[in-house]
Formats: sequence, C-alpha cells, structure tokens
Amino acid sequence: MLRIDQKIIVSLVDDNDKIIDIGCDNGELLNHICAEKNVTTRGIEISMAGVNECVRNGHSVVHGDANTDLIHYPTKSFDKVILSKTLQAMNEPHETLKQITRMGKKAIVGFSNFGHYKVISDLVFNSRMPVTKSLPISWYETPNIHFCTIKDFINLCEELGLKIEKTIILKPNGSEIKSNPKGYYANLFGSDAIFVISDK
Amino acid sequence: MVKENEYPYNLPCEHVRFSGKDAVKLDCGMVLDDYNVSYKTYGKLNADKSNAIMIFHALTGDQFVAGKHPVTGKDGWWSRLVGKGKPVDTDKYFVICANILGSCMGTEGPKSINAKTGKRWNLSFPVITIADMIEVQIKLLNHLKIEKLHSIIGPSMGGMLAMYFASKYGDRTDNVIIVASSPQLSPRNIGFSEVARQSIMSDPNWHGGEYLEKGTVPDRGLATARMAAHITYLSESAMYKKFGRDLQNKEQLGYSFIESDFQVENYLKHQGASFVKRFDANSYLYITRAMDYFDTDKTAKSGLLSDAFKDTKNRWCIISISSDWLHPTKNSKKLMHALNGVGADVSFAELQSDAGHDAFLLDEPDFNAMIDGFLNGVK
Repeated sequence: MLRIDQKIIVSLVDDNDKIIDIGCDNGELLNHICAEKNVTTRGIEISMAGVNECVRNGHSVVHGDANTDLIHYPTKSFDKVILSKTLQAMNEPHETLKQITRMGKKAIVGFSNFGHYKVISDLVFNSRMPVTKSLPISWYETPNIHFCTIKDFINLCEELGLKIEKTIILKPNGSEIKSNPKGYYANLFGSDAIFVISDK
Repeated sequence: MVKENEYPYNLPCEHVRFSGKDAVKLDCGMVLDDYNVSYKTYGKLNADKSNAIMIFHALTGDQFVAGKHPVTGKDGWWSRLVGKGKPVDTDKYFVICANILGSCMGTEGPKSINAKTGKRWNLSFPVITIADMIEVQIKLLNHLKIEKLHSIIGPSMGGMLAMYFASKYGDRTDNVIIVASSPQLSPRNIGFSEVARQSIMSDPNWHGGEYLEKGTVPDRGLATARMAAHITYLSESAMYKKFGRDLQNKEQLGYSFIESDFQVENYLKHQGASFVKRFDANSYLYITRAMDYFDTDKTAKSGLLSDAFKDTKNRWCIISISSDWLHPTKNSKKLMHALNGVGADVSFAELQSDAGHDAFLLDEPDFNAMIDGFLNGVK
C-alpha cells in the first residue's frame, strides 16, 4: 500500500519520463510508477537487499551513497528526480538539492514537516522527540539527521535560487492544505509536503 | 597437421578452425591466420536466436563452465551459477563459453602447433591483448551465426573481455554483466603478474619456453606463480578464518624450510601443485601480459573511461565483492560512474562477503539473486 504522499509523487510523473528515485529502498515507489506510467527508471539505494529487490523487479538500480554519487550523473539527464523522505537523511541537504535540480529538468521532493503541531507538542509538553504517523521512527533509529519545516525548505530553495513549481501540503488524513505554504497554518497542520522544484 | 586424437582435438568439446577471411590482425601488428577455437555450449539456441549468452572465463578458467569438467573430474568453474534451474538456466538460455586466445584448453595458444611451421608456437606465439581475444570470440559468434547475444557475462579477467566487447561490439549484445573486474589493472596487480612471470621464467625447466620439446615442465616456477596469485584471491580475514596461525599436522615448530610449518603454506603448496597439472606455463605468461596491457581508459581517444561507452545501448549489471583487493569495489564503481556519466542503463551492487576475490566462485545467495534478477527480472 502506498502512502498518500507517495501516491501524489506517482501522479506528478508523466508518461515517457526518464526518472531516478534517490534512496529507492526496495523499489516500491518505482513499481507503482511503472504500473501506472510508461517510464524509464533508475535508482540509487544504499542497502544490498533493496538493490536486489529492485533489480529483480526490472529496475536499474545502483548500490551506492547519494551523499557522494550524484555528481557523476550528467546534467539534465532525467525528466524527474525523485527524493522521497530522503532529504532529511542527507549529510548536506542543500548540496543534494543543487545536485538533483542539476541532474533533472525537475525534482520532486517529499518530506515530513517537523513544524507540525503534534511534533512540536511532543517536544514541548511531553519532553520527547516526536514519533508520529509521518515520522514513525524513534530518535535513535531515524535516518533523518537534518530536520526542517515547510517554511525552512521554501527559504532554502529561495536562498539557492531554485524555482518552486508546485507545492502540495498534506494533513495526516491526506487532505490538502491550500493556504500560504509559509504561513503558520500550513506549517502547524501540514504533516507532509511535496514540492516540484527546478533550477530554472 | 594435428591429428584427431591429439591436442586440441582430444578435448571433449567443439572445435572450429579459422583462416583466410577470418584472419585476425593483432594489436602487436602480426596477423593470426589459421587458428583453432575450442568452445563448449549448453542448452539450445531458440528459433529466433535470442537466447544466447556468452560467458568469458577468468585467467586460468576454461570453456567447461557448467556440469562436470571432463579433464579434472570436478564441477565446472561456474556450475553453481550456470546449469539447469540455475540463475543462468540452460533450459532457457543457450550458453557459449570459449577457451580464450592464448590459453591452453584447446584455443590457439603457445602450447598449440603453429599450422604454418608444424612446430609448437612456444614463445613465437604473438603477444596478445584482451582486444585480440575478443576479435577471436567475434569470429566464433559469426561462425555460430548469432548476430546478437542476449547477454555477455565476465568475471575477473572475463569482465575485461566483456568491457572491451561492449565498447567495440555493443550492438552484438543486449546485456552486459561484469563481476569482480576492473577497467584496468593497478600497479600492484601488474607487480603480482610480473612476480608470477619471473617465477616461471627463472625455473631451469622453463628452457626459454621450449620445455615441452625438452620433455619437462617448469612446474616449480608455475606452482610458485599460482601460490602468489592465490594470496591475491583471498582476503586477510578469509585467510585468518581458514588457517589462522595454525600449524600443519604438528605440535611444534619444525625449525626447517623443507616441511610446511603453517597450514597456510601447505594450502598454497597444494594449490600450486594441482594447478601445474592443468595449466600451461607459457599461457600464464601470455595471459597475464594481456591483462597488464588492458586499459579501458585508453579505448577512447579522449582518454576518458566514459567515452569508451559513450553511445552504449546495453543494459549493464556490475557486481563487486566487498573484501576483494585484487579487483576492489572502487574499480567497479569507477566503471559504474563512467556509465552513469553517459546516461547508461546500469545496475550495480557490492556483494558483502569476506571471502575476497574468490567469492565470485562461491555460493553467495545475494550474488545469485542479483544475476537472476537482472537476467530474468520483469518490469
């Protein structure tokens, strides 16, 4: 079963796109994209088990580290570069954003919002690092090392001169928030965000 | 003329002789005319000839890739990967494996009789390259009337052959699988090659390469060469696990040089001794030289590795072994990055194993799964 944020990513991919999923895990997202769209797929994955599963399903995936390996891909060699729940696990998220917008005509970035009220309230009123539906893993095991809010991400894109082409902010129940993405409502009540960005 | 019951025709496999229009102009400038290729096939070629897989063997490998080896009586060198119901399923694929040029299991090499002179080649055999080996394999493909292979697969030195094949004849295969190989040898690798060659040539029984004419073999030199090579096939931790510092059938140190003290010595001596029974010393000189000379960076005029594969339409699968220091992962990654640089369709995985380079010959489930997935995976 795909999460709602993954379903939205699938919907943002077009037929005949050449895509790469960075941190593609066992290829679940790639499988769903291929089931719905006629696309050429690539992936990068750090676990051998994930790579094996992807290759078994017909995807071309390399076993590697997205922190170091993106520089080897040619400029604008993909229609869409997908970074789903991986940005906050990168050593240098800003460098990653520069690389993926260089590699792809467009990049689709999905992440969990650390400004969501449940996250904040866990921290403020319960003195615990948050574990929520969108952030289900405890602090000592989570791959996320650079936490950000929706507003943080938008500010970073502005700083890097990246164009935000599309913004989708979701509540935990999957409904979309249409208000100002930098505003307090979107940042307090949006648990997940998906952006389409480019370096144009 | 070589008689039917003599080498190479006494080997239980297919043989084909090429000459005339199939002469090969070698990198060294010499033209090789009138040469034999010995090869083995498994499975059946389908009607539209779309299921053929060509496997390139490693330095001391041969065409007997699957089933029982008719000479040694042991399992074929990749029988765990190739055969009925295996990842390279011979019920599904038509597998071709030819002894490489310069080797000693039938295909023309220093041990063969030069048809022009009626004498054994020995050191008059031309110094050959990986490219020359592929030119000969292409002649075999033409002979078998196979325009396009399903896949080529090469481990170790076989990977070098596969790389060259893909760079020059990429349109004659769909898929390329490279296992535990490198786009070129490191100075350390070349150093080991030279130790092996010096060891062979300094054996008094080598006789300038004319040992078979003298009725001898440089077995001590060849065995020593194999012992040195065998160390490079194992990782340090594999050697610790296998032997530790354990003594060989004794409680105390022997205070001598004649008998083995340590198990590792005995193991290497055994490897050397069994190797000389099946391999030709001059072939070892020629093939190690070909590996030294191989350099994919130089394939393209620009000197860029990626340019060697600039227009590749192949699907690539590259596998390295985490503990392999002969063909370390970084060499496979160099190839993978070069291929990504030209937008190639490439999959890559580093197999976690502490067995060293030899892991490609062992039963590694992740390795089998990767090959199986790549060959048979469906989108």
